[in-house]
Amino acid sequence: MTAPASGKRQRSPGEKAIRLIVLAIAALLLFAPFLFQDIRSLEVAARLCVFIVLVASYDLLIGYTGIVSFAHTMFFGFGAYGVAIALRQWGAGWDAVIGGSLAGVVVSLAVAVVIGLLSLRVKAIFFAMITLAAASVVLVLASQLSGLTGGEDGITFRTPALFKTATKLLVDENNKVVQLFGVKLNGKLAAYYFVFLSCLVLFILMLRLVGSPLGTVLKSIRENEARAEAIGYRVVAYRTFVFCAAAVVASLAGSIYAIWLKYTGPDTTLSFAIMIDILLMVVIGGMGTLWGAAIGAVLLVTAQYYLRDLMGVAAEATANLPLIPDILDPDRWLFWLGIIFILLVYFFPAGIAGSIMRPRAPRRACE
Amino acid sequence: MDKLVNTIERLGGVNLLPVALAAVAFVLIGAPSSWVTLTVAGLAMGMMIFLMASGLSLVFGLMNVLNFGHSAFVSFGAFVAASVLAGLSGWLSGDSIMLGALALFLAVAAAMLFGLVAGWFFETVIIRPVYEDHLRQILITMGALIVAEQIILAVWGGTPMSVPRPGFLEGALIIGDVAIETYRIFAFVLGLAVYIALYAVLNGTRIGLLIRAGVESREMVEALGFRIDRLFIGVFMLGSALAAMGGAMWAGYVTLISPALGGEIMIIVFIVVIIGGLGSIEGTLLGAIMVGLVGNYVGFLAPKLALASNMILMMAILMWRPSGLRPAIK
Repeated sequence: MTAPASGKRQRSPGEKAIRLIVLAIAALLLFAPFLFQDIRSLEVAARLCVFIVLVASYDLLIGYTGIVSFAHTMFFGFGAYGVAIALRQWGAGWDAVIGGSLAGVVVSLAVAVVIGLLSLRVKAIFFAMITLAAASVVLVLASQLSGLTGGEDGITFRTPALFKTATKLLVDENNKVVQLFGVKLNGKLAAYYFVFLSCLVLFILMLRLVGSPLGTVLKSIRENEARAEAIGYRVVAYRTFVFCAAAVVASLAGSIYAIWLKYTGPDTTLSFAIMIDILLMVVIGGMGTLWGAAIGAVLLVTAQYYLRDLMGVAAEATANLPLIPDILDPDRWLFWLGIIFILLVYFFPAGIAGSIMRPRAPRRACE
Repeated sequence: MDKLVNTIERLGGVNLLPVALAAVAFVLIGAPSSWVTLTVAGLAMGMMIFLMASGLSLVFGLMNVLNFGHSAFVSFGAFVAASVLAGLSGWLSGDSIMLGALALFLAVAAAMLFGLVAGWFFETVIIRPVYEDHLRQILITMGALIVAEQIILAVWGGTPMSVPRPGFLEGALIIGDVAIETYRIFAFVLGLAVYIALYAVLNGTRIGLLIRAGVESREMVEALGFRIDRLFIGVFMLGSALAAMGGAMWAGYVTLISPALGGEIMIIVFIVVIIGGLGSIEGTLLGAIMVGLVGNYVGFLAPKLALASNMILMMAILMWRPSGLRPAIK
């Protein structure tokens, strides 16, 4: 991954460390199918790829421009449902994948432009409320219009033949799947690398975006809106643009995730729980650095998969004590995350990446 | 044209919107008896929403604090009241109106007391450190909402809970061929009483004067030597108590509550304060009644559209008046 074009500025040791961590994450994800050879780990790795992109696109809003939106899962869902509906209607072909993703992007773009132009003029707080309302309406619609969206059950669909687990990418003379370092070169692997590469491209595009002069303008809007306006930048136009850009990336991430899961439903794409996850990831990782988004996503997704197991074990171990097993119940893990979240916003508003990068003077959160 | 606008202004301006809405709905619905039922239901619903939304609006107006965790008070109020009512179910099942009323009073009082205490805790622990910082306010109150929801799940469990009603509020009042649920009348009357009390306090007492002055210019009130932060805690606690009361009423209205209640209510409450204009209780009342009426009329006329009706209403009003129908003067 290339660093954003930041001229000849000397990088602090903290910044280098963060970059190294993110590079290490990228390397781990690249070799994930070979390093962790069970199905669950591959699920975690694919989810990580998608969420890194999703969280980074949300960071474009909240971290780089100071817009608080609660509609990010809505765009994620548009992309996922676009692909799902197209694949179900047209059959499992590449035309459906591309057409569905494009349809998702177009819908996301249209909705983002409407919401942006209508409400980015108003205060940040109004915007947060309006996006929350819009997202909830879409969630309800998705579960009500069951003819189109499959309602609460969602849509299960078939993906192009290349991604089927039974597909053999390489065969030996006995017509068996070739194994490389003990990993079968089958369609599942192809699907994983499809997810990985698409997410990598999206992430690099976003890095390029924030490194460009445009990214500098966005940061200036975050730091001092009135001054940015006074210098001559049209704040509303920039905000609407970044809102649309984030919406498009989120929509594409949704499409990728849907193809990986071969399923789209309200719980995997649209639910408010995912929005809260995204918020947590951005804040934990550090707002205003795409690198931080990657770190936050990795921490939280791994926690989601493995911390719950750990809590279950802890709850069983303390089963005889009063109250403690109730609090340690795996279902209560959001409770702990919520508390950690509040403490983080109080004491480390810059998140992990921000705190490491600038240990002396933590940047005050915007506005 | 100008004359018409003037006449409308003199008659009450935007306050006439619900009346106009009701008139349009009367024409569309056609049947007077269903119209009356729907209107009463809409007004009752609006009044309950008003209870929940008024605190949020005042808190924002006075201190520029937007509490995304406000709906937690609503859910807590609903569950506390439901628990009290369930505990006193012996009083409710009897024929005695006195005992039933007492149980109901105790339930609402318990919810409000809980709201007061929780509001005080919320203000001092959660919100105080992040005054004047909207982004962190949104994030922290959101985090508090998550924690509150989890506490509700841990205490009351995830299964829906049924709420017993006192016997004298069951059933319906029948006038001619119009049937009106007794509980709706009760909710409407109670909401109206709270509105009148709030209005009287805000416009007739010295504290109300300070609150209104604080909404208009906080710095000026502080410069004159008043401790507006104490006033603010008071308003916050009152707002939380009202939200809990609204939650308790709502629990009795729907009679089956689940932990998802807060999330559903939050959206409606936000739409109401946006429509009404943040910071004024008149605006909140107007917004709440509009939302209640539109929800009921559209639910009858075009059930498919009911879900999006509030959203469409908000969009329309924001395009017409970007800062709400009756915003506090800022």
